Amino acid sequence: MNLLWLAFTIVGVLLGVILSAKAVDPTMMLHGMVFSIAAVLSAFALIARNYRNISTPSLADANGSVNYNTEIIKAGIIASTFWGVVGFSVGLVIALQLAFPVLNFDLPWTNFGRLRPLHTSAVIFAFGGNILIMTSFHVVQRTCRARLAGDIAPWFVFWGYQLFIVLAATGYVLGVTQSKEYAEPEWYVDIWLTLVWVVYLLVFLATIWKRQEKHIYVANWFYLAFIVTIAMLHIVNNLSVPVSLTGVKSYSLFAGVQSALTQWWYGHNAVGFFLTAGFLGIMYYFIPKRVNRPVYSYRLSIIHFWSLIFLYIWAGPHHLHYTALPDWAQTLGMTFSIMLWMPSWGGMINGLMTLSGAWDKLRTDPVVRFLVTSVAFYGMSTFEGPLMSIKAVNALSHYTDWTIGHVHSGALGWVAYISFGALYFLTPVVWKRKSLYSDALVNLHFWISTVGILLYITAMWVSGILQGLMWRAYDAFGFLEYSFSETVEAMHPFYVIRAGGGALFLIGALIMVYNLWRTVRGDVRAKEAGSLVPNMEFAGAR
Amino acid sequence: MDYHSVSTFAQSYGLLYLFGLFIAVLAYALWPRNKEKFDKAAHIPLEED
Repeated sequence: MNLLWLAFTIVGVLLGVILSAKAVDPTMMLHGMVFSIAAVLSAFALIARNYRNISTPSLADANGSVNYNTEIIKAGIIASTFWGVVGFSVGLVIALQLAFPVLNFDLPWTNFGRLRPLHTSAVIFAFGGNILIMTSFHVVQRTCRARLAGDIAPWFVFWGYQLFIVLAATGYVLGVTQSKEYAEPEWYVDIWLTLVWVVYLLVFLATIWKRQEKHIYVANWFYLAFIVTIAMLHIVNNLSVPVSLTGVKSYSLFAGVQSALTQWWYGHNAVGFFLTAGFLGIMYYFIPKRVNRPVYSYRLSIIHFWSLIFLYIWAGPHHLHYTALPDWAQTLGMTFSIMLWMPSWGGMINGLMTLSGAWDKLRTDPVVRFLVTSVAFYGMSTFEGPLMSIKAVNALSHYTDWTIGHVHSGALGWVAYISFGALYFLTPVVWKRKSLYSDALVNLHFWISTVGILLYITAMWVSGILQGLMWRAYDAFGFLEYSFSETVEAMHPFYVIRAGGGALFLIGALIMVYNLWRTVRGDVRAKEAGSLVPNMEFAGAR
Repeated sequence: MDYHSVSTFAQSYGLLYLFGLFIAVLAYALWPRNKEKFDKAAHIPLEED
């Protein structure tokens, strides 16, 4: 098996060298080299592993309990924390650029247009993606009571995904993009991600296949829906023809309104299946785990799952209201978006009610506070989303900062908060520590970033509605009342407030990094030594 | 396959298909005999070793 992987790395080195040598543009030359170097490093790691005589790990440990793969989880925690800080920092930079355009520095590489996809990809795919891969690997092992399938395959998924991030990010800064929002990487990076993703699916399925638990726990259904649907969306939306097999540029297979609809079918389901279904998998495992109570209603979770996945896939057209898209398709997108209220709120109630009888934990355990607040934000942003998909509301909100505020109440409040909760839960578990380094720092992180989020979304509400109203204001003669630059000027104070909110959110994340790092080192903050919330799994094992 | 036939199909069979699925999911989730199975499943995360 090792030899087969080694053969792959040799193919990778050759492919990278050929792409680099024959490259028709400088970025492909660079990316070919990066790919070669990554393949050489993998070959080195495989050979070193062989010489260190690491045999295939056994499925059960000495006590007869399952020998879970925790090394891959540790790597995932480090990677997602790292990319989180990178993504939040770039977000702060571009927020400041909008408030103070001089910060674009008049350089192509630091211009807002290139840094914006760097921010969105870093937070969604690098931070969110690593969180999803890492937690899915943890949850599937634990709820199936089986060691993660494959020996090298999970590491291929992990490192292959990091390589995808590096290729995508360096490409953006150098000006390589296929100009599809949230799908900016060019064809060759897309092919690489497809390969990594298929192996990810196989590892996940093979682990379920080997399970010792008869029933497949609901969190795994959400993860599986996420993995399968993202594969489908990614492949279809990125169908394109490269201009040269050794060049970065390609042309999409779709044109005109078909291209727009395919893009937003992809784009909205990236929200639905990447940022919602995947993170609901986190909710259905980590909230019951942390409060030590089963999910409020397992039956509701089944209805939640099936109605969510069958409705979400149709909601994309609401991104194309009042465009060339046929009117009935716009109405269809709007109708399905509104119907999404029901599964979304069903899921939110299910998550929140899991705490019934344990609400005191909200006061005593700051990690629960993160998890519960994230579900509350999930409820809020899934209420706001369908509202904004109504055509009359959309006429005001579309293309304004309201959209940005909506996205961030979901991204910061829901996605990032449930991720922080999972990180705070998992770090002591996989490093086998009695507790976190400090609960007070978790609390500090919580309040600093919550104030940050509130500043962010309220600034964007005011700014967005103001912007929308200014755009549609007419004077007595039927002329537009404001020039575009006047609306931009009016945004300035809100952009400054938004950047302030982003800065607070970043500071919170840095506090988390410090806290997790001290936890990994095995430190306990002396002042809190007696009062820290214990890691239940540590106590249970001993 | 013109615009009209596609939209007629979506508005009739599409509706029946999705509504049928929803009924099937409801029946599966709420079927009394499945209750015990689901109650047990809800405890899976809490029972690991």
